[in-house]
Amino acid sequence: MKTSSLLRWLALSLVVAASALLTGCQHGEPLPFRLTQVTGHMPDLDFHLTNDEGKPVTGADYRGKVALLYFGYTHCPDVCPLTLAHLHVVMQRLGPLADGARILFVSVDPARDTPAVMHAYVNAFDKRAVGLTGSAADVEALVKRYRASFSREPDKGDGNYEVSHSSAIYIFDAQGHARLLATPADSQDSLVHDLHLLLAPGVNP
Amino acid sequence: MKARPYAAVLAGLLMAGAAHADQASQIRAERAWIRVMPAGLPAGGYVTLHNGGDEVAALTGASSPDYAHVMLHESTTEGGMGRMKMIDKLEIPAHGKVALAPGGYHLMLMHGASEVHTGAKVPVTLQFADGSKTTVDFLARPANAVDAGPDSATGHDH
Repeated sequence: MKTSSLLRWLALSLVVAASALLTGCQHGEPLPFRLTQVTGHMPDLDFHLTNDEGKPVTGADYRGKVALLYFGYTHCPDVCPLTLAHLHVVMQRLGPLADGARILFVSVDPARDTPAVMHAYVNAFDKRAVGLTGSAADVEALVKRYRASFSREPDKGDGNYEVSHSSAIYIFDAQGHARLLATPADSQDSLVHDLHLLLAPGVNP
Repeated sequence: MKARPYAAVLAGLLMAGAAHADQASQIRAERAWIRVMPAGLPAGGYVTLHNGGDEVAALTGASSPDYAHVMLHESTTEGGMGRMKMIDKLEIPAHGKVALAPGGYHLMLMHGASEVHTGAKVPVTLQFADGSKTTVDFLARPANAVDAGPDSATGHDH
C-alpha cells in the first residue's frame, strides 16, 4: 500500500516535473507542493451558478484569484462547518495573501439553499468565502466536471434530510487551472504551505 | 430505577464515584460547546464525557430548552464522502472517555427556540441508558470556531 502510493506519487511528480520543463517553468524546478497535485488531470474551473448576492456568475469571474472549491450544504451541522472553519483558520494564517484567494462553497442542496441562506452561512465563516447555488442541473454539471458526487438521503419524515457529498477541496490557481486536491485528513499546515506557493510563488513560505 | 431526574442530578453532584450509582452520576462532562449557525440552521454540539464508574455508561439521547430537537449523530468522511447517520446509543467505557468532537460523534441541535448568541451557556440534558439524566452547560461558540476555545481547553477562566 505504502509502496504503491509512493510509486504513484513519484510517477505524478515526474509528470508534473516534465510538464514544468515543457512549459518552461520560470523557477527551473517544480513547486514543492505537499497536497495531491492534479495539474493536467482535471479541467479548468468553469460553471454557471448564482452567487450569494443573487447574481449569476461563471468560473471566469474568479480568474485572478486562487479558488478553493468545496461542495456541501447549509443544513450540514458538522463536516461542512468543520471544513469551512479550518479554511477560515488557513486564510487567517495566510494574512494579506488571503485576499488573493476565494473559498467557493457550492451547495449540493439547491432546493433549500437559496442565495440568502448561503449568504448568511458563508459570511459566518470567512469574508472571502462565496456561496454558490443554482439549478439542480447546473450544480450536477459542476459536480460531474470534477468527478465528485452527492446523494440525498431519505427524508426523516419531518421534511428534514441529509445529503452525503464528496469531502475534497479542489484548489485552482489564478488562471483557473486545477492544481491541488486536499482532503479533510490534510493538515492546515499543508494547506497554508501550498496556498502560499500558489499565491506568492517567488517567496518561501 | 425510578424516574426521578432531579434526584438523579442531585445524586450526581453529591455522590460522584459512589458504587452502584446511576450512569449519569458517574459522568463528568468537559469541553462542552455548540457551533452556533446563522439563519436558524442546525448546530453541532460537542462534549467530552468521562465515565468515573466501574460499569459502562451509554448516552442514548439529549434535549435542550433552547432547541426543539437534539439528535445523536456520527459523521464520517470515509472513501472521500462526507456522511452523517443517527446513532441510538454511544457507550462510554468504565473509567474511560468518549469525545463528541467535530468530524465524528456530535449532537445535532435543530430549530432553535430563539437566536442563540455567542458566549451564551446553553443547557443540554444528556440521557443515559438507565434513564438517568444530567444537565450540562454548553458554551455557544461562533460558526468558525474549531474547538471549545482556550478557556475550556485549560479548564479555568482567564
